[in-house]
Amino acid sequence: MSAVEAGVRDVTSRPRRLSTRFLRSELGLVFGRRRNQVGLVVLIGPPVLISIAVKSSASRPGRGAPDFFSSITENGLFVALAALTIEMALFLPLAVAAVSGDSVAGEASTGTLRYLLTVPVDRLRLLAVKYAGIVAFAFAATLVVTAAGVLMGVVLFGGGNLTLLSGSQIGFGAGLLRVLAAALYLGCGFAALGAVGLFVSTLTEQPIGATLATVIFSAASLIADSIPQVSWVHPYLITHNWTAFGDLFRSPIAWTGIEHGLYSAAGYIVVFFLAAWARFSTKDVTS
Amino acid sequence: MTGAAVTTSGLTKKFGHQVAVDGVDLEVPLGSVYGFLGPNGSGKTTTIRMVLGLIVPTAGEVQLLGNPLGRIGESLPRVGALVEGPAFHLYLSGRDNLRRLDAADLRADPATSATRIDSALDRVGLLAAATKRYRAYSLGMRQRLAIAASLLTPKELLVLDEPTNGLDPQGTREVRHLVASLADEGSTVLVSSHLLSEIEQVCTHVGVMHVGRLVAQGPVSEIGGDARPRARVETDQPQVAARIMTELGVRDVRVDHGSAVGELDGTAPEKIVAGCVQQGLAVTGFRVETPSLEDTFVALTGEGFDVSG
Ligand SMILES: Nc1ncnc2c1ncn2[C@@H]1O[C@H](COP(=O)(O)OP(=O)(O)OP(=O)(O)O)[C@@H](O)[C@H]1O
Ligand SMILES: [Mg+2]
Repeated sequence: MSAVEAGVRDVTSRPRRLSTRFLRSELGLVFGRRRNQVGLVVLIGPPVLISIAVKSSASRPGRGAPDFFSSITENGLFVALAALTIEMALFLPLAVAAVSGDSVAGEASTGTLRYLLTVPVDRLRLLAVKYAGIVAFAFAATLVVTAAGVLMGVVLFGGGNLTLLSGSQIGFGAGLLRVLAAALYLGCGFAALGAVGLFVSTLTEQPIGATLATVIFSAASLIADSIPQVSWVHPYLITHNWTAFGDLFRSPIAWTGIEHGLYSAAGYIVVFFLAAWARFSTKDVTS
Repeated sequence: MTGAAVTTSGLTKKFGHQVAVDGVDLEVPLGSVYGFLGPNGSGKTTTIRMVLGLIVPTAGEVQLLGNPLGRIGESLPRVGALVEGPAFHLYLSGRDNLRRLDAADLRADPATSATRIDSALDRVGLLAAATKRYRAYSLGMRQRLAIAASLLTPKELLVLDEPTNGLDPQGTREVRHLVASLADEGSTVLVSSHLLSEIEQVCTHVGVMHVGRLVAQGPVSEIGGDARPRARVETDQPQVAARIMTELGVRDVRVDHGSAVGELDGTAPEKIVAGCVQQGLAVTGFRVETPSLEDTFVALTGEGFDVSG
């Protein structure tokens, strides 16, 4: 034993405790990937379509249209909110599921996982960096939709004071701030979905399978949320509080739903990250 | 040369009911070039994965550069590894793939990253293709990139699982030179292959796997030295030659392709020739063959083509 240690030269420097190199590399991988870039571009579609459609149809949208639609012609900021509402159900969860489902399973299926682990990268650090990449993408996706909506809306319908759902008015700057807050709030929800995706991704070597499972999880949650007979389960559903971002446009702001949403997201993140860690820390990497 | 770079005791891995690795006691001495041999499916890669901490053994112990199973991670920075072929991101260039691996290494100095990456690429002759996407690499180029990845920082131990797989003869020779030069620099090299002839010249030690078990292990001289030289008589009547050889005390005499072959067990070779000529046989050729490591390998693992399943 001591002979072994004596024969060992010290060729590597001490490990640095903190380095952002791996994280930056991960972000480069997520955002540099063509598929993800195309995904972000596709997300711009709905805000562009909504604004053009509303602008070109002379009449205002009929009754029964989503809340924010009817207000679009009054203030362009509502395009962003309408777009978020529409994409919240499928497009945004799909984008987050694609990246999170791919996170670990993708590296496993290409075999790069074994080379990262022998570098070595600590398994917990690997999961943390992977999750950081997912969170960054979740927020980026939400902000892309929001930014496209704000831009199209203000160009086509103008800005000005924002009439809140409760009738009172706030200035354009304050309105913009609330739109941003709404986007960040939704980003937290998608980050929670990303934690679910990360967990599923540690279960399989098939990224597509992990992505599908994550989308199904989100869709099943939406469906369950619309069935009154299982109302007891509603508060625990991952999607249940997502629509609460609308509460930011009341006066005064109704914080209860938002608060629940943030707690729920934090709970999902903790539980599923720990589950991913429990699974991944001892997993045989045979790919 | 004291101590061992890798030791395992009773190392066992079961996949369901199948025992892939069965009670392996590996000993790779520091400073050695250890040839890890065995037919397809004999458990080489599985053993290597356990040594590197990628999979958890069902039973047994591992010591990697002085650290036991639970602390293998502490040794890994000093270990370069190529496991079961190359694996990289398809849409990144060779250089960008190495950048990613270097970025993941907490101990690698970012200031020297670019030079280290380029010198690793240069060492495997891949500098000219550094900016090409991995997707467009040929099999041999991919294999070279994987070797380059294991050379990004100085290593005390290199674990190379089938490093010559997919390489052309020129590339195979280069890998052999590379292994030799790494050994000259003081690194220990554990190199696995099912083609013994490719690494025979550079190995100081060999271990032979067969159906999950380590059937032989030791310095090359000892492993090869076990087998006795064989005499081969070429003639038009090999059956008669075989009978004469047996009478003279040659063991295990077989007839094959117009010649008789047997193990010399103290019998003087010239007596065989004389004996055959006396009996009026037309001897067209006579050879004394010292079995190569390859023959020992085949003797240990059987000549069958079937994989160990
Ligand atoms: N993930 C796995 N699940 C089930 N069986 C496995 C798994 N990995 C390996 N095996 C089995 O374990 C045995 C040993 O495989 P291993 O890959 O270690 O062989 P090898 O000696 O490296 O062969 P080769 O020369 O072909 O690379 C084989 O029978 C193989 O089928
Ligand atoms: Mg193998």
